[in-house]
Amino acid sequence: MTDATPSDLPAQQSTLEHVIHVLRANPVTLIAFGMFAFLILSALFGPSLVPYDPLATDAANALQPPSLAHWFGTDQIGRDVFSRVIVATRLDLTISVAAVAISFVVGSILGCIAGYWGGWADIILNRFLDTIMAFPLFVLAMGIVAALGNTVENIIYATAIINMPFYARLVRAEVNIRRDAGFVRAAKLAGSSDIRVLATQIFPNALPPMMVQVSLNLGWAILNAAGLSFIGLGVSPPTAEWGIMVAEGANFIVSGEWWLAVFPGLWLMFAVFTFNLLGDGLRDIVDPRKRT
Amino acid sequence: MLTSYPRLRAILLRVAQAVPVVVGVVVISFLLTRALPGDPAVYFAGVAADEASIEETRVAMGLDKPLPVQFVRYVGDLLQGDLGQSLSSGRPVATDLASRLPASLELTLTALILAVVIAVPLGVLAATRPGTWVDHLCRVVVTAGVSLPTFFTGILLIYIFYYLLGIAPSPLGRLDFIYLSPDHVTGFYLIDAALMGDWETWRGAAKQLVLPAATLALFTLAPIARMTRAAMLTALSSDFIRTARAAGLSRRAVLYRYALRNALLPVVTTLGMVFSFALGANVLVEKVFAWPGIGSYAVEALVVSDYAAVQGFVLAMALLFVLLNLVVDLLYTAIDPRIGFDAK
Repeated sequence: MTDATPSDLPAQQSTLEHVIHVLRANPVTLIAFGMFAFLILSALFGPSLVPYDPLATDAANALQPPSLAHWFGTDQIGRDVFSRVIVATRLDLTISVAAVAISFVVGSILGCIAGYWGGWADIILNRFLDTIMAFPLFVLAMGIVAALGNTVENIIYATAIINMPFYARLVRAEVNIRRDAGFVRAAKLAGSSDIRVLATQIFPNALPPMMVQVSLNLGWAILNAAGLSFIGLGVSPPTAEWGIMVAEGANFIVSGEWWLAVFPGLWLMFAVFTFNLLGDGLRDIVDPRKRT
Repeated sequence: MLTSYPRLRAILLRVAQAVPVVVGVVVISFLLTRALPGDPAVYFAGVAADEASIEETRVAMGLDKPLPVQFVRYVGDLLQGDLGQSLSSGRPVATDLASRLPASLELTLTALILAVVIAVPLGVLAATRPGTWVDHLCRVVVTAGVSLPTFFTGILLIYIFYYLLGIAPSPLGRLDFIYLSPDHVTGFYLIDAALMGDWETWRGAAKQLVLPAATLALFTLAPIARMTRAAMLTALSSDFIRTARAAGLSRRAVLYRYALRNALLPVVTTLGMVFSFALGANVLVEKVFAWPGIGSYAVEALVVSDYAAVQGFVLAMALLFVLLNLVVDLLYTAIDPRIGFDAK
């Protein structure tokens, strides 16, 4: 792991070799990186590349099955499903990335405090996290959005809160096992303050497992946000978002217009699947022993 | 006296551990009901309320008093089973939840049993035959299972089995309207119909249950299969299995009597997380299949901003989750062969 030797060049080369070795042994990870790049590109450039305006209605062409003109068909008021699915990528990724970023930062700070100083802070944090985890997490997110108000920002906060315990616990454990390590004592003897030691010596060691957690968590955060908007929270109707598109399309599935719900659902699955594969791949790179 | 009954002591200790969790859950749900932006009285009085009825609600709920006093009052109400009034149904939230809970429990428990029955053998087979098609199947199921949005799986299943193949009944609730619902004994239609000996209704209820339960099971079986496989691999590579093999025990005995029993312990502990997912996914599945449980009740309440109903639902789910975890841990305490020695 990272706290082994700081000897620069050869160590870095072997890390790179290790990454290449893992990628070659497991081409699935390479595919996952490709899928990830595709998602990022469609989030960045999708809105300017799609053939139709995602909000433009066209009553004459309502409920058309997939064709050359409309790859994924059209919905009940003639909007192009393909354009909407691609445009939605940006919103869905933004919600989940923002939520995961908040839980990463807050979880890291709380975990560092609890793991480094211990004592009361540790006890209180653990009680608090236990209480959050005592709720079924999706249900807690529903309650939070209902309490804070039905907006996209609150979806982000709710998703951040239910993900936070995983980060806080991980960081707490990683910090705790290193707080008396030799290199930490050396840094303290050299006159560094507690916060400096924590930030520059201890916390970086928690980053590799954190990256794995982030990747696995992103998939879950997308599922969660889409689930919330599926039951009518957060994103409001004309906006293109995968969860709400599946919810609207669900009304047409019993009469056979499958493309309304299936394509946004497939895209959602594709995104979650990408992050899960990526997480598993990163885990192989970071810690080959944890492979299951 | 307790020291002579180590198992009883372990059980009492575990029950005592649930108390602070329940206290924390109650505190958080209290904060959620009071965290409404602006004036909570406005929200609880409903959309159509005027000045006078808002003021009335404020006094009736004690919202004019300081927070600690409100909290004591909230806990007092909870102890009497009072979760407030639902605006949309006009009945007490506790009554609404109690009448809809059996539907949710029937769905969730059927799905969990289905998931365990499929996932555990799948995990065991994958662990004992690494690299074969069973192992690959297990890996695909596990990765796909956690990537599948439950609400999407449900819709796909409806499309395939109801619209295309026409073998599933229409996805509208627990029982087709041609059947009368069975007499209320447990609230579980399958059990009630069986008690009445009405197998026609039983078959009707079972038909309605298959698709939603399968949807939920597909989602929950992935983590169980993954954990079983990992725990089984660890158990199979441990020393006591090597010893058992060296002692010439049959493959069957080694696998089931020694390896599986030990591998099941970590699986049981991950069930807590699985419950959390299952109860959350339950809400989505109920919405897709118009299942009249507490999940769809909360979704309907959310749409019309019926806050007392939503918060009552959140609290009820949390208490249910604590209870499920408690039951699983108690079972664990009861079956774990090592506890007797630990406590001595």
